[in-house]
Amino acid sequence: MGAGETILSIKGLHVEFPISIGTVKALQGVDLDIVKGEVMGLVGESGCGKSTLGFSIVRLLRPPGRITSGRIDYRGRNVAGMDEKELLRIRGRRIAMVFQDPLTSLNPLFSIGQHFVETIRTHDRAVTKSRALEMAGDMLESLGISRQRLGEYPHQMSGGMRQRIMIGLALVMRPELLIADEPTTALDVIVEAQFLDLLEELRGRFDLTVILITHNLGNVAQLAHRITVMYGGTIVEVAPAGDLFRRPLHPYTEGLLASIPNIRLDRPRLVTMPGSPPDLVDPPAGCVFHPRCPRAMDVCRRERPPSVSGDGRTVSCWLYKEVP
Amino acid sequence: MREEIVRVRDLVKRFPVQRGILSGFLSSEARAVHAVDGVSFVISKGEVLGLVGESGSGKTTTGRLILGLTRPSAGEISYRGRPLASFGRAEMERLRTRMQVIFQDPYASLSPRMTVGDAVSHPLKIHGMASGERAREMAEEIMEKVGLTPAGFLYRKYPHQLSGGQRQRVAIARALVTSPDFVVADEPIAMADVSVRAMILELMVRLKEDFDLTYLFITHDLATCKYICDRIAVMYLGRIVEIGPIREVFSNPVHPYTRTLLEAVPVPDPEFRRTQPMPKGEIPNPVDPPAGCAFHPRCAYAEPACARERPELLPVGPGHEAACPVMAR
Repeated sequence: MGAGETILSIKGLHVEFPISIGTVKALQGVDLDIVKGEVMGLVGESGCGKSTLGFSIVRLLRPPGRITSGRIDYRGRNVAGMDEKELLRIRGRRIAMVFQDPLTSLNPLFSIGQHFVETIRTHDRAVTKSRALEMAGDMLESLGISRQRLGEYPHQMSGGMRQRIMIGLALVMRPELLIADEPTTALDVIVEAQFLDLLEELRGRFDLTVILITHNLGNVAQLAHRITVMYGGTIVEVAPAGDLFRRPLHPYTEGLLASIPNIRLDRPRLVTMPGSPPDLVDPPAGCVFHPRCPRAMDVCRRERPPSVSGDGRTVSCWLYKEVP
Repeated sequence: MREEIVRVRDLVKRFPVQRGILSGFLSSEARAVHAVDGVSFVISKGEVLGLVGESGSGKTTTGRLILGLTRPSAGEISYRGRPLASFGRAEMERLRTRMQVIFQDPYASLSPRMTVGDAVSHPLKIHGMASGERAREMAEEIMEKVGLTPAGFLYRKYPHQLSGGQRQRVAIARALVTSPDFVVADEPIAMADVSVRAMILELMVRLKEDFDLTYLFITHDLATCKYICDRIAVMYLGRIVEIGPIREVFSNPVHPYTRTLLEAVPVPDPEFRRTQPMPKGEIPNPVDPPAGCAFHPRCAYAEPACARERPELLPVGPGHEAACPVMAR
């Protein structure tokens, strides 16, 4: 990770979705720094806010979702306060995002080449069509796809190839930060492994910083340098991958790790976490995890735990006055 | 020898391929996808057989064939030693109460307009097993058993008012309310979150003991098989490439495809490194599968004969068979 230059710094981020029955407090004060060159795994179950955080960074929250407070500083400039014109200079060019389902993200009426031409010329009118196609061909080749296939349409490609096209479209403007939201969820296990290998290779080649959003801790274990665990719209723990797996601090992280099947281990049974994730229209007082926490104390039911940091890791839990 | 519940022999299912009008006139050759292409296995009482494969491997079609939801193009399925083809209409109806199914997506398999109680008691009414107050009692009883408590309260709820884990429990309760002895579970936890998955798996294991069930557990996830299956059958392009006791297959995988699948499973351990690279490419088009062994174009161990001869399952260990003459040598 070299000098450890922080390129993205999120502070006190709150995101809300007003709906008919109230307001979903999707993010409730999120703080996170992303260091140049790292792969940050953003992990949690459905509804924890991991995708909302990703969408907030590129300001693509679906209405009625909105950032109600907090900052998202990208290289010293607050993305949360930018107007559309400023955003266009960042989104897609400096920070790009790949989504879960490549079939719905690609236009069936556009050839692969047309997808690239449109993407490139949206960001830079000065690029000619033939130059854009040349860039597209080069990109396809670095993804292990022949440039002959530029004239083909999405339906002529396999699932794994479509996902590679998506990442190619995200990288063609050479962004420095890539946010990948569950990029392998729709893929079969072998294709998934191939894709994660490719992502690691591209990270080196394009000097990328990656935020990899996933519900599968297994996926990020080998790829991520650090892992952020989210629960109920909050960050409960951030740690280097090795430390997190070896010695999880937050009881939720501990429960999550114990509930994933590990094919390499002989463990007679999985540990289950009782209860279900919180209702974010009316989140529990204190720590959002306390109703399911096996180690909940009185204070957990009343007050939200502060974050404590040390030794390269951060945890938000009343069990810790400092990082042990 | 334990009692046999389900046996399939040389099961084949072809789906005709839709084609353009003109090419239909020009060529008389009928094209078909061999979704299931000669599958045989036995499931004994009390056993959990895992049917594992990627999309397009034919695992779901195999499950549907066993349930009688689609007719086989060839081959035979028998239930407790009797071929399904010999069952009359009324007998088949009764059989449906004995063989049940849990689908992947509780959002899609539960009607949003039916209350939980209606959904769970529905099979009883359809099959004429109970109605009115009796059906309600039976439904509430099974709801309690699967952890949908308090059953009286949840009975009136609609699926959207439940959590993901509860919805999957409704799907399980609905499958078990007719007291089946055989259940096909088709990716029952694929849509669920990690913590919910563990809960559902544990529930299914407990229910199997409580109700003396036999499962066909269809999944793409090898890691979860470990926690529920006694044996697994690995499918690739409509054929079983390896079958055997779970421990035996996991510790001593023989077919190169099984090895690849095992190697590809994400491992929640940062220290873990894969020992072999992933093969290039993806599952070929099942309309036009490779000749010989369907895996040979992607196989690191392929020999010239693999492109010509279709391998049969060969014994490679106790109760363990693999369809690879190269590795079995």
